[in-house]
Amino acid sequence: MKFAVIVFPGSNCDLDMYNAVADTVGEQVDYVWQTATDLSGYDAILVPGGFSYGDYLRCGAIAQLAPVMNEVRKAAAEGKFVLGVCNGFQVLTEAGLLPGALIRNNSLKFRCHPVALRVENANTAFTRDYEQGEVVTIPIAHGEGNYYCDEETLASLKANGQIVFTYDGLNPNGSVGNIAGISNEAGNVVGMMPHPERAVSELLGSPDGAKMFTSVLNAWRERNGAASTR
Amino acid sequence: MKATVYVTIKENVLDPQGNAVQGSLQTLGFDEVAKVRIGKYMELTLDTTDRAVAEERVKAMCEKLLANTVIEDYRFELEG
Repeated sequence: MKFAVIVFPGSNCDLDMYNAVADTVGEQVDYVWQTATDLSGYDAILVPGGFSYGDYLRCGAIAQLAPVMNEVRKAAAEGKFVLGVCNGFQVLTEAGLLPGALIRNNSLKFRCHPVALRVENANTAFTRDYEQGEVVTIPIAHGEGNYYCDEETLASLKANGQIVFTYDGLNPNGSVGNIAGISNEAGNVVGMMPHPERAVSELLGSPDGAKMFTSVLNAWRERNGAASTR
Repeated sequence: MKATVYVTIKENVLDPQGNAVQGSLQTLGFDEVAKVRIGKYMELTLDTTDRAVAEERVKAMCEKLLANTVIEDYRFELEG
């Protein structure tokens, strides 16, 4: 399986994402610069955290117009696995690949600490190795992670099982429905504010994020009916 | 021609920044401040003299980039 980690000017979780893939599933992973115009060789596209384009105008607003984003849209439409974390989530919402938007935390503070997350949908390609309803510990690090969508969109997210993670207990940013992560309707595109790539080992404080990566490898193996091609 | 674009947070979307500024204004004794909403002001200089075209193009700019219509409203004025 081949993973791409998209890199924009201002991305700063790209190394963590790259190493998380290498350390958890040991599959092939490449950094792909934002001007790339071909992602056809990749099975999963990871959009990492950071401050792409300095968060100018709005978080993710400039990055969503980078050349590579047309390829990410194409990959998403083809059913390839796409994960956006933190700024990557913001980029995917700005790009229209996920509904809603991320606004300023209600506390106005940059929140950086571990949070308890409830797995609301363990059927997506990125969460299938978790138990439904399982509570896991994964860190957040964001100032604008307050997920907002209108009531109609929230109702459809609920009806379609598109809410993937919610904050269990304390909501760190004021998001509607305590939402921490969502998927698109097809389920192949997931965006989340917490950082699973920062939680892939006890040494990092929690190993709970590792299952995101084993999940997508298993989903890919099932889809391709084959063992991994390392 | 000059376009002035105003982007504001939608009425039903929380504006934590506005709320904080309102609190500070009240601390300063401006008790009459019932609400503060913070938005963006942008000046665009356009290489065109055709008002109708500019109107259409600036609207497209707002929809595609300058505002995120999930959370923001926009309006603009054309001058010159």
